[in-house]
Amino acid sequence: MDDLVIARSLFGMTMGVHIIFATLGVGLPVMILISELLFQKTKHPDYALMADRWTRGFAVILGVGIPTGTIAGVQLALLWPGFMEVVGKVISLPFQIEVFAFFLEALFMSIYVYAADRLSPWLRILSLFFVCIGALASAVLITNVHAFEGTPAGFTIANGEILAVDPWKAFFNPSFAVTAVHVALTAIMTGAFFIAMIASYKLLKKSPKERTKQFHRKALRMAVITGGVFALLTSLNGHESAQHLHHYQPEKLAAAEGLFDTTTYAPLTIGGFTDRETQEVKFGIEIPWALSFLANNSFDEEVLGLNDFPEEWWPPLFSHTLFNTMVFAGGFLLFWALLAAFYLFIRKKQLPRWMLVGFVASGPIALIGIETGWIFACSGRQPWVIYRMMKTSEAVTTSSGLPTMFVAFLCIYIVLVVTVIIVLHHYFKRNPLEPLLIKEERTHE
Amino acid sequence: MNELIAITLLWGFVVVYSVAATIDFGSGFYSMLYKGKGQSRATTIANRYLSPSWKVTNVFIVMIVVALFSFFPGASFALGTVLLIPGSLIVLLLAIRSAFLVFSSSVHPRHQQGLAIISGISGLCIPALLIVVLPITHGRFIGQSANQSYLIAERIFTSASVYSFIVFAVLSTLFLSALLLADYSNVAKSSEAYRLYRKNALITGPFSLLAALAIFGSIRSEASWLYSELVTFKPWLFASLLCFILGYVLLIFMKNRPGRIWKPRLAVIFTIFQYLFASYAYGRAHLPYMIYPHVTIASGFTTPSTFKALFATYIVGFIVLVPGFYLFWRLFMKDRRYIEQED
Ligand code: HDD
Ligand code: HEM
Ligand code: HEM
Repeated sequence: MDDLVIARSLFGMTMGVHIIFATLGVGLPVMILISELLFQKTKHPDYALMADRWTRGFAVILGVGIPTGTIAGVQLALLWPGFMEVVGKVISLPFQIEVFAFFLEALFMSIYVYAADRLSPWLRILSLFFVCIGALASAVLITNVHAFEGTPAGFTIANGEILAVDPWKAFFNPSFAVTAVHVALTAIMTGAFFIAMIASYKLLKKSPKERTKQFHRKALRMAVITGGVFALLTSLNGHESAQHLHHYQPEKLAAAEGLFDTTTYAPLTIGGFTDRETQEVKFGIEIPWALSFLANNSFDEEVLGLNDFPEEWWPPLFSHTLFNTMVFAGGFLLFWALLAAFYLFIRKKQLPRWMLVGFVASGPIALIGIETGWIFACSGRQPWVIYRMMKTSEAVTTSSGLPTMFVAFLCIYIVLVVTVIIVLHHYFKRNPLEPLLIKEERTHE
Repeated sequence: MNELIAITLLWGFVVVYSVAATIDFGSGFYSMLYKGKGQSRATTIANRYLSPSWKVTNVFIVMIVVALFSFFPGASFALGTVLLIPGSLIVLLLAIRSAFLVFSSSVHPRHQQGLAIISGISGLCIPALLIVVLPITHGRFIGQSANQSYLIAERIFTSASVYSFIVFAVLSTLFLSALLLADYSNVAKSSEAYRLYRKNALITGPFSLLAALAIFGSIRSEASWLYSELVTFKPWLFASLLCFILGYVLLIFMKNRPGRIWKPRLAVIFTIFQYLFASYAYGRAHLPYMIYPHVTIASGFTTPSTFKALFATYIVGFIVLVPGFYLFWRLFMKDRRYIEQED
């Protein structure tokens, strides 16, 4: 295998692990903040207990999120030195500001966890608020670099020289806003569905106590509302992201839809596999005119097909499957949250078991959406590391020894992921909810 | 001029990180060492320091990496190529260390010991590896082929200066962290922990000084360009030595039980100045080279407009963060209610 493939696999693997924990690192504190606020509003101790337990889980997750992020940052510099030269000269601002966001999160996370008993409730909520701001800002700022890779701005390259640099123009590149919002929304949504997953799982177990059920129902209700609202916003904003592709990276949209020939009244194909030989999507369902409408809100919009681009510029054809998976995840989550809202708020009933089963799946489905979305966004940009400016092959390191490192990092990630699951599982098994609920009732009376 | 500001900032981060990380990794090590040995108070004190601060310390290393490639993108190409293997090893160890540090506080006491050993030992290896970056920049270990640099591994394993740097890093880690933890247990009025940490500092101090002298000697034979520069900063080196002696004398005259705050505090401050002066001399002598002899601070510098924007964000960022740091310090380094808590 050549070094480029190994370097890409190594970096992709690191990112694939980091975003699981990073996304939860953005979503969970928002859920904790909501429950803290609800506690202040209702004074019901269940909400305080939720915040406390989720914080413990979050602290463990941070234990993997922070080191894998550190690896990501160092690997970015080590594996893609050609890219880092442009980053250093043009788009170092987001990285720099991100460091301050990390500080904000780290300082106030420690304050929230270890000084909770010495702070007034509102100071505690303020620290938690800063944790959320720090986490959201980290996500938004790193996404800024990613947006810059897709829609570079603020510099030119002539004969290998980087010229006419305007760092703020690079910072506010055309797709920054829409991409950053997408990442922030999906992260919060994922946090919400994770909580929904845990609560439904507990409700499905043969739980003896009505009191325990009440607790989990509260959590589920909160997660359904938050998840539903953010799923709705995600789909609206996702639509806007797709229109951005139509404008700025048409071959990526073409690959996402498996469209080879440029057409007006273009159909939208759902599912299936793109076939390079016959230039069509096999086993897909076609919805006439829909793609043109998606791309620019009008049926007669012309959508560029892959054949309009040189073949070495084509993104990988599996982009279609990745994109479909992400959109399917979004569709399912939105549908399920709406259905649950219908049961809970219109029919005013508890959720039936089959709905709970769906929510148990919703956490993993949200993560699958995140993973496929990112792999689509990064690999769909190939062969470019900076769109139409720098090829990935020009950016890669020339050092040897990559295969060994791939294996070493793979082993570490396996150890970390397995251990974090074991630790979380045992922690909550050793500290079950029931005794806490009983204690809570006693102190309340 | 801009280059000088940038390298000064970068050097400042490196120094702050080395002091903070030394204390961080050392605390992890001591916490492990005294766990379950009937000296649990010493472990508790170390953990009191460590739990809130490891995340903040970790951000500094990210900050160094970011400052390096944003200020000196030209150097990051050479550094990235040469440091691929050592850099990866460092982050691998860092991942193990941080993760297991967090895990060990959430598992059943039965398993705590095992996890603490993993994070304690890997933590002590990190400074040893990190510091190897310094001799690598001295130039002897970098080969040139066609148009790229590569690391000559054999030479690293047989170099006296590499080993003296490593020994120095490990001993400094043990010394500085013991000293700070002695100060911390003094504030906490925990006599048992205080005695242990004072003793550790007393033992490791002179050895760390010897290791520093060994570095000096090995630089003389292996990097003469650096040595000839270094001797022109003799006054700084002597000031550093003086600070060590003052701090150490204070340590000797400290009572063997917790007492007034100022003595151990002053010893810590002197010792930090010892490291500050020495690293100032080393850093100045190293200039203008980032990697001898190919990369200087001028050859790798970023574009002026980016530098201006970065500089502005530094100012705004620090102004925004200062209250946060102050609150953090008050709540965890000063507040007796926190430090004195029994576990
Ligand atoms: C649970 C996660 C999730 C869900 C349900 C969705 N997305 Fe998404 N999507 C992401 C998670 C994500 C992501 C992981 O966050 C990405 C990767 C890169 C990025 O900016 O966000 C992304 C990227 C991304 C891109 C590519 C941007 C680029 O390549 O620069 C498009 C066009 C969409 N999304 C569109 C949609 C649409 C139309 C959705 C319909 C509901 C949708 N997304 C749901
Ligand atoms: C956070 C979630 C992300 C995931 C899951 C992810 C995933 C990937 C994957 C799978 C690859 C390999 C590409 C391939 O095999 O075709 C890759 C490459 C890359 N990604 Fe991302 N990425 C993420 C975010 C980012 C961000 C935020 C940046 C910007 C800093 C970035 C920059 C790169 C670069 C420079 C490469 C190497 C060149 C390339 O193959 O495109 N990635 N990423
Ligand atoms: C879009 C995908 C990403 C998101 C949402 C994200 C978010 C986060 C968050 C919230 C944290 C704080 C720790 C946590 O809560 O788990 C974090 C840590 C970190 N991330 Fe990411 N990140 C992403 C991609 C990246 C990439 C591409 C890099 C590197 C280039 C990176 C570098 C880091 C670093 C260095 C840390 C550790 C900071 C520390 O020491 O505290 N992240 N990330």
